[in-house]
Amino acid sequence: MNVGVLYSRIRRDEKLLLSELRDRGHEVTKIDVRKERFGVHEPPAVFEELDIVVDRCLATSRSRYITRFVDAYDVPVVNEPETAAVCADKARNSLVLANADVPTPATEVTFTKEAAMESIEEFGYPCVLKPVIGSWGRLMAKIDSRDAAEAILEHKETLGHYEHKVFYIQEFVEKPGRDIRVVATDGDPIAAMARSSEHWLTNAARGAETEPIEITPEMADLVERASDAVGGGLLGVDLMETGDSFTVHEVNHTVEFKALNEVTQTDVPAAVVDWLEARVRNVEVTA
Amino acid sequence: MYPFDKFEAFKWVGGRLDGTMTEDTITTEDPITGEEIEIPADVEVGEIIDSPITGAELEVVSVDPISLEEAPELEEDWGE
Repeated sequence: MNVGVLYSRIRRDEKLLLSELRDRGHEVTKIDVRKERFGVHEPPAVFEELDIVVDRCLATSRSRYITRFVDAYDVPVVNEPETAAVCADKARNSLVLANADVPTPATEVTFTKEAAMESIEEFGYPCVLKPVIGSWGRLMAKIDSRDAAEAILEHKETLGHYEHKVFYIQEFVEKPGRDIRVVATDGDPIAAMARSSEHWLTNAARGAETEPIEITPEMADLVERASDAVGGGLLGVDLMETGDSFTVHEVNHTVEFKALNEVTQTDVPAAVVDWLEARVRNVEVTA
Repeated sequence: MYPFDKFEAFKWVGGRLDGTMTEDTITTEDPITGEEIEIPADVEVGEIIDSPITGAELEVVSVDPISLEEAPELEEDWGE
């Protein structure tokens, strides 16, 4: 098959994926989205002859648009544009999880700092304030007091881009010093790892320690339901342990898997390519 | 399969096979310091590598001939 890979930088994750595709004899067409021009009537020539396109854009804004264009060009794209749009926005992400009855932390969105303050006071301290767009734990605030809340809200309202005036407030989940990342394809878990840190943020990108973790039937069920809620695809589902159960706080659509690949026995890029091959076979059968 | 072709020396140490893993490298100029640096030979266009001198992120902008540029700064919407 001929696989288009949308990118703006080739990280270790993309390198692993490219190597696996080439090792299996697939043709790979790298598409640097910084250099292409995407017309609304005609696709750029680079999209001709592609069997599938994999979106590996690092920038969420590019991901959201480019998946729409590729879809309009009638080339199968993973992840699909609606999945990218939902996962890129924490408010939409939380909303679809809640609507699908997937356990997810209590969350409110407000549009003024006064309403945000009411929400924060009702959640109590600590609670969490997150930007609706963003990753790797950036600009997230664990709010421990009313004074801190007032200062952060004023800064966000005064200094921020308009998206920072969408206040996303969430209960603070007392997790056991770690959270769990499950990488899955259409709800089918490939592998999972626990990410531990003494800091309240446990993103691998922030240096959290990682170790493999067994996927229990309950976790697998939640992953499948969370994946379905956002439209499926190649996803990173983040769970927190709540004592006797789990809560899903986020689903990521351009999931990084290098850390998972390093700590687990599973060959993650191989599993991803297996899934891509099956997806293309499926398209060929139904076409 | 172990990548035995990448082991340049083997010897039995304490009952186990020991060796030194080496990777093919190429030499090019660090775009920030102008100094000569060694980078993996299998880099490809768009790949990000860390400068062995400054630790700064460098982007491979061409492979024939090899050429590096300082990688773009982190932006607010980057991530997964």
